[in-house]
Amino acid sequence: MAEPDKPQMAAAAAAGAAKTAGRSGRSTELPEHLKAYKGVWVFIEHDRGQVHSVSWELMGEARKLADKLGVNVSGVLLGGPADKLEDFAKEACIYGADHCYIMRDPVLQGYRNEPYTKGLTDLVNQHQPEIMLLGATTMGRDLAGSVATTLGTGLTADCTELNIDGRALAATRPTFGGSLLCTIMTLAYRPQMATMRPRTAAMPRRDESRSGGITTMALGIIETDIVTKLLEFVPDANRNTVNLAYADIIVTGGKGLKNADNFKLVWDLARVLGAEVGATRAVTQAGWCESERQVGQTGKTVRPKLYIAAGVSGAIQHRVGMESSDIIVAINTDPNAPIFDFAHHGIVGNAMQVLPALTHAFRTHLDKRIKRAA
Amino acid sequence: MHIVVCIKQVPDSAQIRVHPVTNTIMRQGVPAIVNPYDLFALEEALRLKDKFGGRVTMLCMGPPQAEDALRKCISFGATDAVLVTDRAFAGADTLATSYALTSAIRKISQEQAVDLVFTGKQTIDGDTAQVGPGIAKRLGWNLLTYVSKINAVDLDGRTITVERRAEGGVQRLKTTLPSLITMLEGTNEMRFATMDDMLRAARVPVRKWNKDDAGIEDITKIGLKGSPTIVSKVFAPKARSARAEMQEVGDGASVNDACLNLLQKIFTTHPTLEEETVDRLSA
Repeated sequence: MAEPDKPQMAAAAAAGAAKTAGRSGRSTELPEHLKAYKGVWVFIEHDRGQVHSVSWELMGEARKLADKLGVNVSGVLLGGPADKLEDFAKEACIYGADHCYIMRDPVLQGYRNEPYTKGLTDLVNQHQPEIMLLGATTMGRDLAGSVATTLGTGLTADCTELNIDGRALAATRPTFGGSLLCTIMTLAYRPQMATMRPRTAAMPRRDESRSGGITTMALGIIETDIVTKLLEFVPDANRNTVNLAYADIIVTGGKGLKNADNFKLVWDLARVLGAEVGATRAVTQAGWCESERQVGQTGKTVRPKLYIAAGVSGAIQHRVGMESSDIIVAINTDPNAPIFDFAHHGIVGNAMQVLPALTHAFRTHLDKRIKRAA
Repeated sequence: MHIVVCIKQVPDSAQIRVHPVTNTIMRQGVPAIVNPYDLFALEEALRLKDKFGGRVTMLCMGPPQAEDALRKCISFGATDAVLVTDRAFAGADTLATSYALTSAIRKISQEQAVDLVFTGKQTIDGDTAQVGPGIAKRLGWNLLTYVSKINAVDLDGRTITVERRAEGGVQRLKTTLPSLITMLEGTNEMRFATMDDMLRAARVPVRKWNKDDAGIEDITKIGLKGSPTIVSKVFAPKARSARAEMQEVGDGASVNDACLNLLQKIFTTHPTLEEETVDRLSA
């Protein structure tokens, strides 16, 4: 008891994962006054002149959901005087939106919970969408939790898959550190809210011929109404250097590499491929590399074209962060390591020998190609 | 200064296994621990208590055995603890959980006004990060999530300055007390329990509140009834149907052969990957 999600899940699991929606003690019928809620909304997150790509990934998902429901997709943009909200709105339509709601106010320059919660809550109450999607970023999760509580509705965090079941949003997410997946629905409340993990959905195709209307709305609070002040924003110095989520090739090392010195072999291969370096939780905890390189449930979700895992056993917590990679290569001494169950290519052998050999093979091959190209 | 730290007792997710046939969680032998992120919150609260004096009250909603988690926190130096426990809370999702905890925090505030509520950024079993924002909104307090550092607390001026993790950088924010803070991982190293505190932890009564003690005003907002989300399905992630195409290697020569073979396979099946890699390296 008293553990969010769990008791329901245990019961559902015990029933052989049968559909248990509509258990005694609560209503699963949508009340009459909420039936007017229509349409799918995507909160479009932007920061220093750029839209976070998770918003476009969500736009692609929203389009699919809306087409199944036969409703419109709307983008929602909040920001300050300096933000190019109209440009972002046009872009949103190219990615699949039919319409955008814009709220512009000086107090919305830079994210703060208080004005953004009020703005988004007011927009929802006035225009009544049935589904509201946000990215599972630090901003999206902060805002979604606040708005859902204010509206008194259901919110499913950090989803990896969105679908429609009947007329309801079926949001699937990993739970228990990624050991299980569960599908969650909000039947008797509106809007149905969910945040989605960056990089779990593919980028939608651009359609330059698409355009849509814009509705603007005023926020209705002023700076003196807001208690929390943003003193400063300090951008990450290495913002562009660690780019795991969007890397085409990732070489990841696990604790099978035994020590920090051997972990350097991962860097060697990555350098030759122009790849990013990833790590498992055990590796970042041991301090062999920085924690922002962690791939997995408590780290980053990645979907590179090539993922090379050396000395990684393939625990479920790691797997959920990388299994949508196009090609997975595993190097491990144990032929029974779980990673070989979902990798495409496997080398059973000692990573300390295989990594240098692989580095040499790629270097020789690519050097030849680059010379030919030059 | 009076700080409330909200914690959750969770199964150690690193040790959880899923039954291969029934797809249910196998909890036998899996230890229950204090949610690790909550310990970063506790340590921060204890540091403020060391500096400003006052008390740190632990708060947890859970089954009776969650008392162990609270005693663990007292052994690190927390002053006292409240366990909100009642069958009526069973089945709560994050919205219902935040309602119950908010009621309890209001009740605790009646004994002594609360300046700050701390919690971890999320739990390791639910991973939602929603209960903290929920409590802040219900209390009408300032919400500061993903806080990596507390820069200053001015008790007389009733202000607090923090750094919080944002996308692509760090925000420095100043707000007023009372506030609710969710702490980021890795912010503090947990202290060791002292012998005195360990003895005290065994002695101090953990107060157990049922729904009436916790001041629940609207019982339709707790437990399953108060939970808008419904879990419709639980299942294990699908295994890929095909296993990896494997090569076993032994001595030096076979290692090189295997690597060349692998390179050929990757680049012949994915020629665009090869082109893009060459382009990236040439740039």
